Amino acid sequence: MIPGEFTYHRPSSVAEAVAILVSHGDEARPLSGGHSLIPMMKLRMAAPEHLVDLGGIADLKGISEDGGAITIRAMTTQHELIESDLLSEKLPIIRETSLLIADPQIRYLGTLGGNVANGDPGNDMPALMQCLDASYVLTGPDGNREVAARDFYEAAYFTALAPEEILTAVKIPTPPAGHGWAYEKLKRKVGDYATAAAAVMLSMTGGTVTSCSVALTNVADTPLYAAEAGDILNGSTLDETTVGKAVAAAEAITDPASDGRGPAEYRTKMAGIMMQRALARAAERASA
Amino acid sequence: MNDMTPTREQREAALEGMGCKRKRVEDVRFTQGKGQYVDDLKLPGMVFGDFVRSPYPHAKITKIDASEALKLPGVIAVLTAEDLKGVNLAWMPTLAGDVQMVLADGKVLYQNQEVAFVIAEDRYIADDAIQLVEVDYEELPVLTDPFKSMDTDAPVLRPDLEGKTEGAHGPRKHHNHIFNWEVGDKDETAKAFAEADVTINEMISYHRTHPSPLETCQCVASMDKVKGELTIWGTFQAPHVIRTVASLLSTIPEHKIHVIAPDIGGGFGNKVGAYPGYICSIVASIVTGVPVKWVEDRMENLSTTSFARDYHMTTEIAAKSDGTVTGLKVHVLADHGGFDACADPSKWPAGFFNIVTGSYDFPTAHLEVDGVYTNKAPGGVAYRCSFRVTEAAYCIERGMDILAQKLEMDPADLRIKNFIKPEQFPYQSALGWEYDSGDYHTAMQKAMDTIGYRELRAEQKAKQEAFKRGETREIMGIGVSFFTEIVGAGPSKNCDILGVAMFDSAEIRVHPTGSVISRMGTKSQGQGHETTWAQIIATEIGIPAADIMVEEGNTDTAPYGLGTYGSRSTPVAGAAIALAARKIRNKAQMIAAHMLEVSEYDLEWDVDGFQVKGNPEARKSMKEIAWAAYHAPPPNMEPGLEAVSYYDPPNMTYPFGAYFCVMDIDVDTGVATTRRFYALDDCGTRINPMIIEGQVHGGLTEAFAIAMGQEIRYDETGNVLGASFMDFFIPTAVETPHWETDHTVTPSPHHPIGAKGVGESPNVGGVPAFSNAVNDAFQFLGNTHIQMPHDAWRNWQAAKNLGAHS
Ligand SMILES: Cc1cc2nc3c(=O)[nH]c(=O)nc-3n(C[C@H](O)[C@H](O)[C@H](O)COP(=O)(O)OP(=O)(O)OC[C@H]3O[C@@H](n4cnc5c(N)ncnc54)[C@H](O)[C@@H]3O)c2cc1C
Repeated sequence: MIPGEFTYHRPSSVAEAVAILVSHGDEARPLSGGHSLIPMMKLRMAAPEHLVDLGGIADLKGISEDGGAITIRAMTTQHELIESDLLSEKLPIIRETSLLIADPQIRYLGTLGGNVANGDPGNDMPALMQCLDASYVLTGPDGNREVAARDFYEAAYFTALAPEEILTAVKIPTPPAGHGWAYEKLKRKVGDYATAAAAVMLSMTGGTVTSCSVALTNVADTPLYAAEAGDILNGSTLDETTVGKAVAAAEAITDPASDGRGPAEYRTKMAGIMMQRALARAAERASA
Repeated sequence: MNDMTPTREQREAALEGMGCKRKRVEDVRFTQGKGQYVDDLKLPGMVFGDFVRSPYPHAKITKIDASEALKLPGVIAVLTAEDLKGVNLAWMPTLAGDVQMVLADGKVLYQNQEVAFVIAEDRYIADDAIQLVEVDYEELPVLTDPFKSMDTDAPVLRPDLEGKTEGAHGPRKHHNHIFNWEVGDKDETAKAFAEADVTINEMISYHRTHPSPLETCQCVASMDKVKGELTIWGTFQAPHVIRTVASLLSTIPEHKIHVIAPDIGGGFGNKVGAYPGYICSIVASIVTGVPVKWVEDRMENLSTTSFARDYHMTTEIAAKSDGTVTGLKVHVLADHGGFDACADPSKWPAGFFNIVTGSYDFPTAHLEVDGVYTNKAPGGVAYRCSFRVTEAAYCIERGMDILAQKLEMDPADLRIKNFIKPEQFPYQSALGWEYDSGDYHTAMQKAMDTIGYRELRAEQKAKQEAFKRGETREIMGIGVSFFTEIVGAGPSKNCDILGVAMFDSAEIRVHPTGSVISRMGTKSQGQGHETTWAQIIATEIGIPAADIMVEEGNTDTAPYGLGTYGSRSTPVAGAAIALAARKIRNKAQMIAAHMLEVSEYDLEWDVDGFQVKGNPEARKSMKEIAWAAYHAPPPNMEPGLEAVSYYDPPNMTYPFGAYFCVMDIDVDTGVATTRRFYALDDCGTRINPMIIEGQVHGGLTEAFAIAMGQEIRYDETGNVLGASFMDFFIPTAVETPHWETDHTVTPSPHHPIGAKGVGESPNVGGVPAFSNAVNDAFQFLGNTHIQMPHDAWRNWQAAKNLGAHS
């Protein structure tokens, strides 16, 4: 439980941070809250020679809304997500999800940027970002590019992020007022990653679903955007048969590992149950 | 009397003696982060040791090459078994009569086994060096299933035992067999089964888990080569035994070894044994001449130093059709891992498992235990338990539920029908124990009335109907557990550790000003001895607890004792304390008589001093007497006021309790929610009700964890799974149920203050209550027995197997 040797850098601008990453290539890693990276280093599953602490970069903080999109800068902590009035009003599902991550001590330090950049299928924010159709702003030596959350994840710890890039912000289209939302997470205890979790966003008119998106956490080696399930539900009245079909479609794309949380079969079924419960709560919350 | 004279009640209250909810005095430092633990110790020149461990569960070691590691600046030495052989310490004896490798000698027997010990100037360098030690392994076939240990073609785990047909506890019947232990009357029991109206037969497993104290095992060894003295600071539940063992192994004379157990962050049985880390640190300090610190990390703790349980208990009960039990037959397959490092009194290979007849009047019983080797970590310690009592209680309490189900009787009624009756105490059990005291009927009735047992059963019935109608996906379980413990090891006639009888001791010194220092052979790891020991003394000699300092853990100053585990401190050391205090009071009486110029027979004790019978105005307080003891003792009397007592208990004590758990389970997710948990404990005389409550809360939380998910699991290839707090279930305050506690008081007739010990009762009684609740919930769907742990996925699996999923 003791990390290998490394050099610590604390740049004060994104450009400076990128420059350090460029000069050390694969040997350098950005450090945000450290609550995924440091445990990996202590287990010597990660052994970066250079740590680039993003904590000194003022530009990477803050939450703002502009032109139909909410931008959350990468170093915003999970605690700040919970405290944000803007998010509570416009994107309450972020608050609900954040409250289900780890425990308060971890949330004071853990950041949104680190959570989505990490690439661990156990993280809760990636599936949520897919559900919300967020995009990530990646800043590298050649400037910015944007990658949709739905296209970002390739395999466990493999993402579209290049070694010399920093994820600087997350952009989320502001959902319509009156939308329904829910994040349902099954876990063994406080501080545990999900056995399975589901994010649901929907809008309804006159009892009929007018838009719906569903994403799943920790039931494959990446977060899963359940496109087909959303499509099946869209236009329905959330009757039992349609929900059953959508749940089956979502379960079909899962491929969980068997671990201490349970065998694969159980975790797939729990993804379905979490989705069903999230749907029910989202529908309850949506103004018809 | 003028207004300033305190009343008798006020004087009594000022003592904060027995029965007082005195706040824990040790918490003043603990809650301020001012405790002094082993890892707080920093000595000049101190270096650090750390282990190279095996990634393989069973392999031959063909080469260990430390040359690269030794090149790393700051690395001092790398020890291997070859080095330890030079000092005859490559192997060490275990408490169970087996031998255990200190460092891998030619092979490894479990994953993470200690292979080499790296000594370096700091922990970081040590850990870097570990990565540089090259070890060549040749993998061997792995044995993880204890039921396959004695197959004819099972791999040989212990070539060192080849050809040994006798083990420490009799004949071995197979190369992976450790011992067979048999108690009871086989023929009588067979007869009872032949004549029975009803019998049950169920294999009940108590899975492998770990005591997991928050502070891991650690030590600092410091050899002073000039004086030839060795000092060891360590997380020791039994420091005096550690010193004796260290002396026997190292051949350093015992008086030149100083063992100091400072504050300890929880033990629960994990810190009773001797581990390779201790031995290697001692050798390393002898080799280097500087202090060597070894601190285990969490994964090392969970995967190597002492698991608990792993008992597979085939349980058979014979009964008449009216529910009267007539016989009990249990066969246990005990999985000990690679070495038998079980921490039991030496003559007891399966601890006190023969308490398995529990609270019931079994006319006859027969028990057999077979211990076997597997490719798992060694241990088998008593995790908050008096030597396999937890396993025994689980076995009989599940068994009684299964019998009740077969008889279609209520499980509480079945228990009451078979309880040992108050007039039967002292009671001789079929498996050889003499239960000192008990009143089970009163305790059970109080518990059932308080929790509203009959109403709960009615509610459960209604819920089951609703479930069958499809109106709810939740099922309800009521867990009943009525346990009897056997604690206070123990009488020298049946308990010793490596030949040292399991007595305990206390020394009390009253200073001239009437304050006190007292020392015991026990060692608190969180039990609150500094508080409760002072309370016993306060009541016995009338000096306020606040003026009494309690000190344990330093072998130079404390009297010899066998340490704290197995709920033995109060039954054994608690008695020694009371008796030492009474010696002081007796002497004080003579001094008081001298001071008051009366005969000592004219005096009577009154709260905090002696008064002349019939003339209470003529009195001397203990404070005055203490001064006189040093200032003007009676002629022909030795001055001073102190006493030592070594107590060899005449019998064990037998605490008991009635626990009830009400649980709701969501069959779609398997998530179980404990709605109520009621624990009635009878631990005899209650020294500090608040500490008892705290002990019960802690033990119940462990029981909850064990029953509902806590597990050290191995896959078939011998990988240890879940050896971190990510997977190993330690509940937080959020998951932990609310505890309702209650009590009855049946004092122990043979203990000087009637106390029985309580620390382990909640773990012992709690596990069956939880497990019975889960099993009871599924019973109406056709369930007989579901193995622990009852985590969500297993509950879901059970629901699925019973057809509760569409
Ligand atoms: C006990 C425990 C329980 C937890 N439970 C949960 C849980 O239930 N759900 C959950 O979602 N998370 C959980 N976490 C993880 C926690 O939320 C982490 O904080 C989060 O995953 C990573 O954020 P961080 O800011 O700490 O990132 P870091 O640990 O600093 O970094 C994580 C990775 O992302 C990279 N990185 C970080 N920031 C950037 C960036 N801006 N650009 C590019 N790369 C970057 C780092 O190089 C590293 O590889 C838990 C953590 C612990 C210790």
